[in-house]
Amino acid sequence: MKMNKLWSVAAISAILFASCGTQDTKKSDGALGSDLASRSFVAPGEHDEFYAFLSGGFSGQLAVYGLPSGRLFRVIPVFSQDAEKAYGYNEETKPMLNTSFGFVPWGDAHHPDISQTDGKLDGRWIFINENNTPRIARISLETFETEEIIEIPNSAGNHSSSYVTDNTEYVVAGTRFGVPVPQRDMPIKEYKGNFKGALSFIKVDPEHGNMNIEFQIMMPGFNYDKAHPGRGKSHGWFFYTTYNSEEAHTLLEVNASQNDKDYIAAVNWKKAEEYIKAGNFETMPTNYAHNVYDESTHSATTKWVKEVRILDPAKCPGLVYFLPTPKSPHGCDVDPTGEYIVGSGKLSANVTVHSFSKMIAAIEAEKFSGEAYGIPIINFEDVLGGTVVQPGLGPLHTEFDGKGNAYTTFFISSEVVKWKLGTWEVIDRKPTYYSVGHLMIPGGNSQAPFGKYMIAMNKITKDRYLPTGPEVTQSAQLYDITGEKMEMILDFPTVGEPHYAAGIPADLIKSKSKKIYKLEDNNHPYVVKSEKEAKVVRNGKDVHIYMTMIRSHFAPDNIEGIKVGDKVYFHVTNLEQDYDVPHGISMIGANTSELLIMPGQTETFIWEPKKVGVWPMYCTDFCSALHQEMQGYVRVSAANSNTPLSWSLDDE
Amino acid sequence: MKLSRILMIIGSASLISLFFLPLWSITLGAPQYPEPIGMHVWINKITDKNPNDIQNINLMNHYVGMKQIPEHMPEFDIFPIVIGFMALLGIAFGALGNYKFYLVWFVLMSLLGIAGMYDFYLWEYDYGHSLDPKAAIKFVDEFGKPLAYTPPMLGTKVILNFTATALPLAGAYVMFAGMFATLYAFFLGKKDR
Repeated sequence: MKMNKLWSVAAISAILFASCGTQDTKKSDGALGSDLASRSFVAPGEHDEFYAFLSGGFSGQLAVYGLPSGRLFRVIPVFSQDAEKAYGYNEETKPMLNTSFGFVPWGDAHHPDISQTDGKLDGRWIFINENNTPRIARISLETFETEEIIEIPNSAGNHSSSYVTDNTEYVVAGTRFGVPVPQRDMPIKEYKGNFKGALSFIKVDPEHGNMNIEFQIMMPGFNYDKAHPGRGKSHGWFFYTTYNSEEAHTLLEVNASQNDKDYIAAVNWKKAEEYIKAGNFETMPTNYAHNVYDESTHSATTKWVKEVRILDPAKCPGLVYFLPTPKSPHGCDVDPTGEYIVGSGKLSANVTVHSFSKMIAAIEAEKFSGEAYGIPIINFEDVLGGTVVQPGLGPLHTEFDGKGNAYTTFFISSEVVKWKLGTWEVIDRKPTYYSVGHLMIPGGNSQAPFGKYMIAMNKITKDRYLPTGPEVTQSAQLYDITGEKMEMILDFPTVGEPHYAAGIPADLIKSKSKKIYKLEDNNHPYVVKSEKEAKVVRNGKDVHIYMTMIRSHFAPDNIEGIKVGDKVYFHVTNLEQDYDVPHGISMIGANTSELLIMPGQTETFIWEPKKVGVWPMYCTDFCSALHQEMQGYVRVSAANSNTPLSWSLDDE
Repeated sequence: MKLSRILMIIGSASLISLFFLPLWSITLGAPQYPEPIGMHVWINKITDKNPNDIQNINLMNHYVGMKQIPEHMPEFDIFPIVIGFMALLGIAFGALGNYKFYLVWFVLMSLLGIAGMYDFYLWEYDYGHSLDPKAAIKFVDEFGKPLAYTPPMLGTKVILNFTATALPLAGAYVMFAGMFATLYAFFLGKKDR
């Protein structure tokens, strides 16, 4: 019902905008005239200027693109199993997907954010949150592999996440769905006042990036939607948009859209550190998974954490304030100076901008209009910095170009609007195709944006590409934002549903990109570093094959003495030390994926042979001129046979 | 001390640098190796130009049946003794101050140098011609003979998909400069007479 109304509002406003004489809602057929193609063209063999990391949404992964070409380079497996890369299938990475709910093969990846130093992108790690089973992952930008996944307890719908502070002191997680804390059997109807919304502050080790939940702030059961750290002058604060301040538990599309204003929660995390230091917290028993991948052993392990520190905002004066913000705000974005906090009320016709300095003044003067669950609500007029009046419909997300301009997406009116900070005037608007969600300017949420390109990530594609049945590709659009007016220069398909993205100049990371893993540094418990050391060891029904691979053979490649009912571990080390020479291995009858092993790496799969016979294995990645010859056999005898265990290469 | 004697001592002593500087480089570029892989030849060893290059050269070459680049050769024991001896001999000649011995040293060193180059050529020839009869890939030349893969001594040569380039490195330049200095010392000494 509500949505129908919105759509009709959208239709009316589209007519209004059209009658205003903007020609922008037409498809840009001027593209050829201004030679737009050349502006996103990166010649064969040339490199792109920027990396763009687009979340895969319900694919659970993170896709790496180049800008301005829009070319896809890699899909980094993060929260979902990936049979192509054996992620979550091989014995080494299975622990990465452990949670307190057991092994979860899938995740919903949302908001990637690159680590920062002094409010500038430092290109060391990229963090991304998982919404469904609350988790945050850290991915190395040297290996482009997921190195760590930490589960977030007391949380559900980890949406207002995973944003990093100016010096990557913290990466945050929030709760979109209020839940009983601790979880317990209780009537859903008793949501109001009983359910909670935990905001988690995860400390990041400055040297190795390892994450650790430092504390949680146990907020009322509103829905914490998006978040943004303070920048520069507002460093030390974190801002969260909320919806469902009504605390509805059913038909939220209506019941959570009743209040004229919801809140942006402003959290003083430096104050939180003081309360923690003073011991003003409760330690709560819990159980969550902390999974760390060790590059030296090429293996992940899970640790179970049993405690978490809780801060109660009602008992911690000065910790949290509410800034009233119209109509279920989604995006919560802080400009590069740290002064403006942009709240995009997605059901509002305006974009509301709060002023950090006014907020501080209002707190000092105690200009409060009330409180909610012991948290002071600052008087709306006393925190309001400005309003962008009727720029479009359904504002969602804002990023900045570092030149005093802001760019906001409008989901309902399907456009990006450029407006000026301080004067709040609309400078330009450009359509997107269609229903844009988030946008990204490289560094556009930091103190130092690279305001050259902007991409808009769309929720609906319809007729933009060749059709592929009912399910069509997801899509992004690239705009040149160097001029006064934005110019769309490229459409490109994306993997999964890109919820959010982060971009960085290629020069900041490409020289650090790892080429091989050093064999001498490989400390995998089943590594063999030369063909001579290759062996097969039986331990009851478990058989461990210590195998090597190099162009273009396995060692050993003939194995006999395996029996039906054995559990055979293939521990395979790629002896190559050459750039871009991975080998793969697969075995007929293995109930798992192939392995794809990088130079210097060891990986393991398990094969439980069920049938007597002689069974082949082979290299799955076209490695060399004699790739096709890279194959071998395993002889499987009956369970009661006396075939001795033996192994060989070239009959030696 | 006379300039000729100083030049003789410095010139022959410069050979000691060969214990610290590589003599020669051989690099291999190919479409699959936009950044060429290569090796550095020293008087007592062969090393990677970049980490793992020799392993990767061996891996490439095993397809056509070429031997592995040796980790050790008799030359690696002989060359350091010869070079050490010649350096000491030259320094002694310089100290004695008889300019005629300067020329003797230069000629001896030149002969030894040519012998060393010839030895290097023989190794390269063998490396390029002694192929494993079980090699996976066998190419023949226009006369139907097995193709040889001898790398160049100096300059560039195309071998199948590889472009091989051989060039002197710092050690060779220092040695040549040192030898030239001893020859100059001879003429200077002669003139001083």
